[in-house]
Amino acid sequence: MASAGEAALQSPAETYRVHYLNAKYGIKSWLLTTDHKRIAWLYFFSTTFFFIVGGVAAAMMRLNLIEPQGFLVEPDTYNKLFTIHGTVMIFFFLAPAVPTVLGNFLIPMMIGARDVAFPKLNLLSWYIFMTAGTCFLYTIIAGGVNTGWTFYTPLSTSYVNTHVFSAAMAVFISGFSSILTGLNFIVTIHKMRAPGMTWSRLPLFIWALYATSFIFVLAMPVIAITMVLVMLERVFHVGIFDPALGGDPVLFQHLFWFFGHPEVYILILPSMGVMSELITAFSRRRIFGYGFVAASSFGIAIISFLVWGHHMFVSGESVYAGIFFSAMSMLVAIPSAIKVFNWTATLYKGSVSFEAPMLYAIGFIGLFTIGGLTGVFLATIGLDVFLHDTYFVVAHFHFIMVGGAIMGYMGGLHFWWPKMTGKMYPDYWARLAAFITFVGFNLTFGPQFILGFEGMPRRYAIYPARFQLLNIMSSAGASILAVGYLMPMIYLAWSIKYGPDAGPNPWKAKGLEWETESPPPVHNFESTPVVTEEAYAYGTEPARAVAVSS
Amino acid sequence: MSSEADATILKTSTASSKAHALTVPEQFDDATQQHAAASLGMWVFLATEVLFFGGLLASYTIYRYLYYSAFMIGSHHLDVVWGATNTAVLICSSLTMAMAVRAAQLDKQKHIVFFLVLTLIFGLIFLYIKFFEEWWGEYKEGLAPIHFTYAGLHAPHVELFMFFYYVLTGLHALHMIVGCGIMITLIIMTLRGKFKGGRFNPIENAGLYWHFVDIVWIFLFPLLYLIGGRY
Repeated sequence: MASAGEAALQSPAETYRVHYLNAKYGIKSWLLTTDHKRIAWLYFFSTTFFFIVGGVAAAMMRLNLIEPQGFLVEPDTYNKLFTIHGTVMIFFFLAPAVPTVLGNFLIPMMIGARDVAFPKLNLLSWYIFMTAGTCFLYTIIAGGVNTGWTFYTPLSTSYVNTHVFSAAMAVFISGFSSILTGLNFIVTIHKMRAPGMTWSRLPLFIWALYATSFIFVLAMPVIAITMVLVMLERVFHVGIFDPALGGDPVLFQHLFWFFGHPEVYILILPSMGVMSELITAFSRRRIFGYGFVAASSFGIAIISFLVWGHHMFVSGESVYAGIFFSAMSMLVAIPSAIKVFNWTATLYKGSVSFEAPMLYAIGFIGLFTIGGLTGVFLATIGLDVFLHDTYFVVAHFHFIMVGGAIMGYMGGLHFWWPKMTGKMYPDYWARLAAFITFVGFNLTFGPQFILGFEGMPRRYAIYPARFQLLNIMSSAGASILAVGYLMPMIYLAWSIKYGPDAGPNPWKAKGLEWETESPPPVHNFESTPVVTEEAYAYGTEPARAVAVSS
Repeated sequence: MSSEADATILKTSTASSKAHALTVPEQFDDATQQHAAASLGMWVFLATEVLFFGGLLASYTIYRYLYYSAFMIGSHHLDVVWGATNTAVLICSSLTMAMAVRAAQLDKQKHIVFFLVLTLIFGLIFLYIKFFEEWWGEYKEGLAPIHFTYAGLHAPHVELFMFFYYVLTGLHALHMIVGCGIMITLIIMTLRGKFKGGRFNPIENAGLYWHFVDIVWIFLFPLLYLIGGRY
C-alpha cells in the first residue's frame, strides 16, 4: 500500500522535488531561516564578499610593490591596506569560511541529524557576524585603521589617530559569532548523532571541526576581553598597555597571541578535515590510521594554546620562556606530520583519480608541507631573530593560510558543491582553475621566502631597488592567483543555472551526506539514518555500486 | 486492573506525545535529548566565560605583582563593609536560586515563582549597593578613572588598580543585570505555566549561569577588597 503510494508519487517527484532550496521562496525565507543549509549559504555569500574586500586590498598592495618607491599609494595608505587585508581575511573570511559554510552545511548531514542543536542561535551567529562585518566596513569607509591586524600597543592605544575603536569593536563582536558557532557545533556533535554514529565512526571532518570549535570557545573570549581593554584604554587613557602610564605593552602581546596562535589553527584545522574527506574519496581507500588523524586534530588544538610566545622572541620575553615556546612550537610538527603522512599513506595503492577537488587536495599537501616546515625554521629562536618581521614570515603563513586553508576550502567547495546545489560544474574548467591557483600561488609567495631571507621587512610600502625583480615576480603571481579565484566564481555561478544534475552521489563517495538527495530535503533525510559501518568504508564498493545504479 | 494499567499507559503516552508536539523543537528526537543539549550548551558557554574573565584576571595578577603597594593603597580605599555585605547578598541569592531549581524539578509552581522573585530581589540589592553605595562613593572620592583626582602615593598605579576594579566589577555587574533580566523572563514564563510537567531545563540553565556569576564575585571580593589585609 505504502509502496504503491510512493510509486505513484515518483513520477511527479522527478520533475519537481521539494528540497531545502525550493521549499520556501522570498527574502524573508532566507533572512529568517533556521535551516543550517540555508544559513550556510548566508555565510557563503557574506564570506565571499569579505574575501573580495580583502583580496582587493591585497591586489593594491602587490600593485604598489612593483616599484621600489611605491607605484600606487602613500605609505600611510599602504599601512591601512595591509591592516584591512589582514583583519578582513582572518576575522571575516578565513576563520568563518570552512566552519560556517561547509561546517554548517555538513555537520548535521554527516552525523545524520535534522539540524544543529540550536538553529536559532545559529542564525543569531550570522547576524552577529554581519554586525561585526558592517562595523569593520564602517571602519574602512570612515578612513581606515593602520595598526596592522595585530593592534599592537601602545601604537593602537596612544599613537595612531585612525579608527582603532570601531575596528577593535568589529573584532570584539566577531568573536561572539565564532563562540556561538563553536558552542553550537560542540553540542551538535555530542548530542545529535544518529543511531550507530559512534565517536569512532565520525568522519574526520567532524573531528577537525570539533577540535576547531574548542579553540573557538576557549580562544575567542580572550581576544574579546583584550579588545575591550584596548577600547577602554583609548577612551579613558588609563595605562593598561601604555608604558608611559605604567602599563606593559608586552602584556598585550601575550594576551593577543594567546588568542592569536590558536586562531591560526582555527584557520587550518577545518581544511585539514576537508582533506581527509577528499583524499579518501578520490583514492577510494579507507583513511590510513583513523585514530591517529582524529587525535592529531586534538593534539594540534591543545598544543596551539601553549605556543603563543614564539611570536615574541624579540619582544623581550625571558630566555627560558623562549626555550619553552620554541620547543612547544616544534612539537606541533608531530601531529601535523601525522596528518600529512597518513594522507600520503592513504593514497598508496589507492585507485587515485584527479577530479578538481583532488587537485586542490594534492596542492594542499605540498603547500602545507612547505608552510609547516618553514614554521619549524621560525620556531628556532636564533633563526627567528634573523627572520622576524621579514617577508619570510609573510611567505610562511601564507603557505599555511592560502596554500593550506584556502586550498582546502576550495577543494571542499568543489567537492560538496553538487550536494549543496544539486548541480555539477564543468570539471575541465575546475581543474584548470585548480592548476592556475597552484601556479599563481607559488609564484606569489615563493619569491617572498627569498625576499625575507635577504632581509626585506614586512609591512613596508617602499624597499631597496635590489628587491624589485622578486617583488615583480610576486605581484605577477598574485594576478595569476586572482584569475584562479575568479574562475570558480564564474563557473560555479554558471553551474547553478546551466549545470547538469549531479545526482545524490556524483563522486561515489562514502558518508551520510551522500546517501540523501542533492539538494537535500528540508530535514536532510527522509528518515533518520542508522549507521552500521565505519567512516570511509571504501572497498565495499561493488555491492554498493550495484545498489546505486539500480 | 490490567485495563486500568493500559489506560494509564495510554494516557501518559498521549500526554507525552502531546508534550512532544508542543515543546520539543523539530531538530530534537525527544525532551531528553533537548535537555542534554541545552545543559551541555550552557556548560560550554560557561567555559567561554571563564576565559573571558580569565584574560582580565591574568592582567590584574601581573600588575598586582608589579605594583603591590599601589594596589594595596587602592584596595584600602574600597568600602570593605559594603563589599562583604554584597558577598553575603550574593551567597543568599545562590541559595534561593538553588531552591528555585529544586522547586522546578519537583514541579511546585508557586515555589518556583517565590524563589525566583527572591533571587531577583537579592540581585537588585547587590546592584543597588554596587552602583549607589560603592561606585558613586568612589567616584566622589575622585578615584574613578574618568575623574581621577587622587594625588597621594603611587597615584598612576593606584589609578591602574581602580581601572581594574571598575572593569572587573563593571563586567560582573553587567552579568548581574543580564541575570536579573533572565530572572524576570523566567518569572513571567513560570506564571504563564511554561514549566509545568517537569520541563525545568531553562530554570536549571539560568541557575548555572547565576551560580557562575556568583562564583566570579567570590573571586573578585578577596582579589579587590582584601589586598594586604584590612584590619
